[in-house]
Amino acid sequence: MSDPVVKVSGLRYGVGRRRIFDGLDLTVARGKVTAVMGPSGTGKTTLLRLITGQLTPLEGEVEVFGQAVPGLPKPALYALRRRMGMLFQNGALLTDLSVFENVAFPVREHARLPEPVLRALVLSKLHAVGLRGAAELMPGELSGGMARRVALSRAIVMDPELLIYDEPFVGLDPISMGVIVRLIRELNDALGITSIVVSHDVDELALIAHHSYLLSEGKVVAQGSPAELRDSPLEVVRQFMSGEADGPVPFHYPAPDYLEQLRS
Amino acid sequence: MMLAPVQRIGRVGVFLGRLLLQCGPALLRPRAVVHQVFNAGARSLIIIMLCGLFVGMVLGLQGFDLLQRFGSEDALGVAAALGLLKELGPVVTALLFAGRAGTSLTSEIGLMRATDQLTAMEIMAVDPLRHVVAPRFLGGLIAMPLLVAIFNLVGLFGAQLIGVQLLGVDPGAFWSQMQSAVELDDVVEGIVKSLCFGVACSLIAVFEGYNAEPTAAGVGLATTRTVVISSVLTLLIDYMLTAAFLGR
Repeated sequence: MSDPVVKVSGLRYGVGRRRIFDGLDLTVARGKVTAVMGPSGTGKTTLLRLITGQLTPLEGEVEVFGQAVPGLPKPALYALRRRMGMLFQNGALLTDLSVFENVAFPVREHARLPEPVLRALVLSKLHAVGLRGAAELMPGELSGGMARRVALSRAIVMDPELLIYDEPFVGLDPISMGVIVRLIRELNDALGITSIVVSHDVDELALIAHHSYLLSEGKVVAQGSPAELRDSPLEVVRQFMSGEADGPVPFHYPAPDYLEQLRS
Repeated sequence: MMLAPVQRIGRVGVFLGRLLLQCGPALLRPRAVVHQVFNAGARSLIIIMLCGLFVGMVLGLQGFDLLQRFGSEDALGVAAALGLLKELGPVVTALLFAGRAGTSLTSEIGLMRATDQLTAMEIMAVDPLRHVVAPRFLGGLIAMPLLVAIFNLVGLFGAQLIGVQLLGVDPGAFWSQMQSAVELDDVVEGIVKSLCFGVACSLIAVFEGYNAEPTAAGVGLATTRTVVISSVLTLLIDYMLTAAFLGR
């Protein structure tokens, strides 16, 4: 694979004594939708924070657009982030601004566009997610799915080259989920961008991902197309893809013997 | 054991340095600063005026009782004016500011942290210190002396109401003695104190909010810390400034 947009190699990261990544390697190909899957607590969101430079790894390389992210000075990091867009799990809309102003926010900060041009741009992005009519609403007046779509509109308003989605399907009804699934793939293909989707919704990711990584215990345990992952002989992959409660990833958090604990 | 408070003071110092660097760019957006002056100042006006009135009335009562013992009740105006200008005005306003505007600033910024709004700004390559924190800090800083001035005016009215209208102090003596005894230095002392309290209370409020744990309990704790630290700091700074102005 030539010229990956994101390249992570030998990544080690932990908080306190807890080791989250222990030699993680992955690459994100240009123009593709790459899914990062894994059980809760495997560090999927932490990986995104490392890619966007919010966290610094203990060891290893994190490169985005060929630039090493750790240790990047703030102006260079901000310049790099202008080439990215990110959709947060909860939308993270600015609650004191209207939908229109939320989408206009990064443009007002980084570009001096005449007001009519800005208005046309913002309305076109809201139209792309089907919420042009909600431009004057405040974030508190939106449903969870609508807030997610507004956040997506804000994430693409600066025409990023890399779009990062953190658990985009969590808490959505089937209609909203279907809309978001369709938008992720359509935006990726129509705008020619690269997408990273972090989620544990296997069925939805199978519809949109070109390539998937499955993380477990700080490493990539499997990778490939969604179909290849489904056919994987690895037990941990089978457990995750079929949603079995117990297996290599235990249902119970490590604890002493139940009867002994009750008696003590 | 002493390391944590020292570390915290160091962090506040570093935060203040970073914040001051962002105050220049923030001033280029005067609308955001004016909005925060309104939030911190205008929305505290009722409580400031009410408390100013009651403090002035108490000052009128206590001052009259004390001065009457020496046959100097005509000096009530001077006593009330100096008490308000130099001490009660700045100190009580700062304590009220910490409880009303300070907690509001902390919880607002803390909730923005907890709901990823500040992180979203950072990902959009927008510095939250410049966009969120600096306008709020400047708003508090500007609002404080204005609130102190209003507190003093209403307080003087309250003292006059009790001293002149209720207890029969001669109105001419009340105002003329005040005019002749209060000097520019007294006014400057009040202004300097109000500015220092404005910096301290606003800084603590935005620092605690910005560094709050991103949970409900964390924001609650940060809000409590804002009130406690601001109040103690106000009284400490008041003592230091009073000693400095008196040359002791």
